[in-house]
Amino acid sequence: MSKRINSNISQGIDWTMIWLYAVLVCIGIMCIFMVEYRPGADWLASFLGGKTNYSKQLIFAGVCAITATFILLTDSKLFTAFANILYAFGIVLMLATFVIGKSINGSKSWIPLGGGFNLQPAELCKIFTALALAKFLSRQETDFTKLKSQIIGISMALAPAVLSHFQHEDGLALAYLSFFLMLYREGLPPQILIIGASVGVLAIASLVVEPKILTIALTVIAIVLLFLLKKQLKRNKRIITVIIGVWLICVGFQRVAVPFIFNNVFECYQSTRIYSMMGKDYDCNLNRHKSKSADKPVKKPDDYNVRQSKIAIGSGGITGAGFLKGTQTRGKYVPEQHTDFIFTSLGEAFGFTGCFIFLALYLFLLYRIIRIAERQRSTFSRVYAYSVASIIFFHITVNVCMTIGLFPIIGIPLPLISYGGSSLLTFTILIFILIRLDADRQMVLR
Amino acid sequence: MSANNQNRSRVIQIIFASVFIIITAQLIHLQIFSSKYKLAAENNAIYRKIVYPDRGIIFDRKRKALLQNTISYDLVVTPVESKGTDTLSLCNLLGIDTVEYKRRMKDIIFKNTSVRPSIFEPLLSQEMYARFYENMYKFPGFILSERKARTYPYNIGANLLGYIDEVDTGFLRRHKDEGYEMGDYAGRAGLERTYEKVLMGQRGVKRFIKDNKSRIQGAYENGVFDTSAIAGKNLFTGIDVELQKLGEELMTNKVGAIVAIDPKTGSVLCMVSAPTYDPNYLTGNQKSKHYADLVFDPRLPFNNRAIGNMYSPGSTFKTVSGIIGLTEGVITERTTVNCPGYFEGCGTGKPKCLDKGTFNFKEAIAHSDNTYFSTVYKRILDQPRYDGADSALTVFNSYASTFGLGRKLGIDLPTEQKGNLPSSSFYRKRYKGNFYSCNIISNAIGQGEVQTTLLQLANVMTIIANKGWYYTPHIVDSIDGGDEYHLLDTFKIKHFTDKRIPDSIFDAVQDGMQAVVEYGTAVRSRIPGIVMCGKTGTVENTDHGVKQQDHSFFGAFAPRDNPKIAIAVICENAGQGAWAAAPIASLLVEKYLRDSIVGNERKAMYEEFKNKNLIPKLMRLQMAKRDSLKQIKDNQLLLQQRINKESNDSIDEENTDPEIKTNTPKKNNAPSPKTKNVVAAVLVNDEKKYKKYNR
Repeated sequence: MSKRINSNISQGIDWTMIWLYAVLVCIGIMCIFMVEYRPGADWLASFLGGKTNYSKQLIFAGVCAITATFILLTDSKLFTAFANILYAFGIVLMLATFVIGKSINGSKSWIPLGGGFNLQPAELCKIFTALALAKFLSRQETDFTKLKSQIIGISMALAPAVLSHFQHEDGLALAYLSFFLMLYREGLPPQILIIGASVGVLAIASLVVEPKILTIALTVIAIVLLFLLKKQLKRNKRIITVIIGVWLICVGFQRVAVPFIFNNVFECYQSTRIYSMMGKDYDCNLNRHKSKSADKPVKKPDDYNVRQSKIAIGSGGITGAGFLKGTQTRGKYVPEQHTDFIFTSLGEAFGFTGCFIFLALYLFLLYRIIRIAERQRSTFSRVYAYSVASIIFFHITVNVCMTIGLFPIIGIPLPLISYGGSSLLTFTILIFILIRLDADRQMVLR
Repeated sequence: MSANNQNRSRVIQIIFASVFIIITAQLIHLQIFSSKYKLAAENNAIYRKIVYPDRGIIFDRKRKALLQNTISYDLVVTPVESKGTDTLSLCNLLGIDTVEYKRRMKDIIFKNTSVRPSIFEPLLSQEMYARFYENMYKFPGFILSERKARTYPYNIGANLLGYIDEVDTGFLRRHKDEGYEMGDYAGRAGLERTYEKVLMGQRGVKRFIKDNKSRIQGAYENGVFDTSAIAGKNLFTGIDVELQKLGEELMTNKVGAIVAIDPKTGSVLCMVSAPTYDPNYLTGNQKSKHYADLVFDPRLPFNNRAIGNMYSPGSTFKTVSGIIGLTEGVITERTTVNCPGYFEGCGTGKPKCLDKGTFNFKEAIAHSDNTYFSTVYKRILDQPRYDGADSALTVFNSYASTFGLGRKLGIDLPTEQKGNLPSSSFYRKRYKGNFYSCNIISNAIGQGEVQTTLLQLANVMTIIANKGWYYTPHIVDSIDGGDEYHLLDTFKIKHFTDKRIPDSIFDAVQDGMQAVVEYGTAVRSRIPGIVMCGKTGTVENTDHGVKQQDHSFFGAFAPRDNPKIAIAVICENAGQGAWAAAPIASLLVEKYLRDSIVGNERKAMYEEFKNKNLIPKLMRLQMAKRDSLKQIKDNQLLLQQRINKESNDSIDEENTDPEIKTNTPKKNNAPSPKTKNVVAAVLVNDEKKYKKYNR
């Protein structure tokens, strides 16, 4: 203990991570600069002026640097000690938003802090959840092979998600699903992932394929299965029940559950976005939530965002248009380009080469985190590291896939790149707590 | 357990990698294999602005500009972007109603899609431009686009110069690969049309970056891909502004044409077609209205009568038949023929001649003796060395065609007619077999089937002046910066008449033509101090079988020794050649040779002919009819407006009654029911009154 205090604080710190972090933040500021830059403007002055988004992001980066330094100066034990309290605090904050929350862009998930700053508890709660889960799983009495522990773990991960959903922040809610990846690493049965994936495939299939044809296809698969498993059937009659049961569930899901979800659970715009990604029209009249805009005529599915985003990225070609030369970026064709669609500016300016290098950087970051995770002696640090990797991975995947038309549009920022103080600060804290924990990897934290 | 978990770490890494691969695959698909996104991006962001070059300017022989360029503005709209435009104030500015606005918009979208810019109102006046300029912020989707327009400082040469107009779909189809677009202007008549390629120049394209609201953000790639506009080349014509102006002045209120040629070069000095119009009429935003006015004018002002009308040449043709007669040897200069008042050769008593007496060749020309030239023509056709009139006519035509008759001369103007030299086969068909000289004797004096354009007649005068050669008449002498498309090559070839015609014969004809002016038919048109050779023509003509007043013709050249101008004039239905055409020609010749008209007598002549109204009776009737029709139409319109107004008023009155209000349509209500009501009301009132008094 005394040895650590006496030693340099930089001891044990993973500099690769810090460099990666710094590079990504710089790329982020550059991307925002590309989006906002107008020829003829004095960019140096506006960089320092604090009026434009890139200069604001620069200020946020400064704040983050200070925060990061503070985190590196703290004691790792602090995180284990406060994990549960912080989690509880986060949940309370999220509940509080329902009372004192402020509505921004249609989602009541912000707590005004004064001075024009707003806090989004759901964002912060990611950190707290990661810490709390780490704490829970590292408890000596927790045996994660037991169903009870698994249910507690899942509940802990999903509680903020449910709250987020009721705040109409489905992007944030979705981000909490990433904890499943970490839970899987810690022993969650793989069936959950497999079943989850199957449900996803079936859901997509029931959107893309005509319902009748899909029913027939499912029936054919079931019959073929029965036919193939003829011999086993004679020995074990239960297989018939299982197959028929699964078949019934699938058909029911496809014919009843999917339409029900789209018409009653999702908002009209969400259903429209998902449908339009599949290249289909969604009739909002079917939607339960349509009443809000009942008097407005039904609009065609608005795939403007995705189309423009794909155009911007696609026009980059192999080498891109060049720094500050992207016509789509300059023409502001992509909406929300400095936040959720920041990847398009990169894609247009630097083309496939740039995107590939950029994604490789991300992949390197993720692998680095996993390597860090695997070298931890304490379960707490490992679980936390996996949580960080999962969250970052999930954000990257959803965000990038959304810009290239592989995922419906949902408001999820690109980690460390997208404009926005909340998001940048969250990821900074996530990463630097990890770096702090990693620096103390010789200790056993509980 | 731990091993299992290690395994799962692998699985997670594999998941990361596979997602990375999926994303990369999609990126490859989007960025490397799909070209459509690049195109879509260009469509999104690049605005191609066509830069119209200055059209070439057309100069006269003294380098005075016959037409010039000026800038005017079009109101251009891109329909998709025009949402949110203050339609009402736009309509107020333009003086149209919203129905018209919607109609135009629909039209534009139908013709040119709703995403491409189209002209909403062309060629705004200066005042209109200023008013729009202040209010443009109210009209998103509308822009004021610069357009170079023509202006004509001398107001002359409308038919000659032609006009430019917006291209139509037919034009675009015919000139597919020449880069015209809807909304472009192209020369549609006259020199503007013939020299379109030279005058139009090369259009430039500027590329701009525009943003998502179509606002220009700046040049694309700093203008590396821009092409600059290359101005059209200037044309230098042989036209003499002063002469052209005088010609048009003298031809006011007349129907006809003038062509004057420089015999040495073949360049046209002036070409007047009357009635003409102010070329400035076809610029500006009232263009289409003026255009319609001109198209429906019964005097056909768009018809260039100098090249587009074929006339019987009348007595002016005697020069040609005389030359051929002398060459063929059927007469000599000393041959005399007696005229008893009509031509005896065919026994029909036709054609008649005005001066009785005996004439030799010179006197016959001087007095335009019909009998003499009928005799000559008959002798030519009846020559025993040819096998009948049939082949003799072919020989005659072979001479005549070297005078540029019966075919297009190839002047650099559209709509040239070729005239007519009736062939043997034509007559064989008409007379069902053989024909005789007497059948076609009227050709001798230019009254039969022979037809020429005025240009051909002027060219014949050139040939006589030059004694046997000519250059193809042409308006444009040279092109600024070289004749890239070889448009002027044909004008550099010297054409000769039949080699068998010696100079002496031309001398003889010139003698006769000099006599015409000195003491012959055109003695009134003699210019003191200038030796002019001329020949009058008086052409009988009919309209739908009804005989009209004769056409007045005159062909001349001067001075005889060193000819500088050859001229031909026609005044339709103005009587004898000496009455109208000859004086006009003489005034032009004097003006050209002396730069002014000298002497009181001559000045008086100038005043007289300037003010003379010789519009044919038939045309006057038609014009009066048109005007009165127009008046009737106007009256009807006025009447209709008054009726509408009244009926509207009446409806307003009726609407005060709540019962009627519910089911009376506001518009198009015939006034009759209302009048009935009123009458009924009046009756009722009267009845009441009556009853009242009764009580």
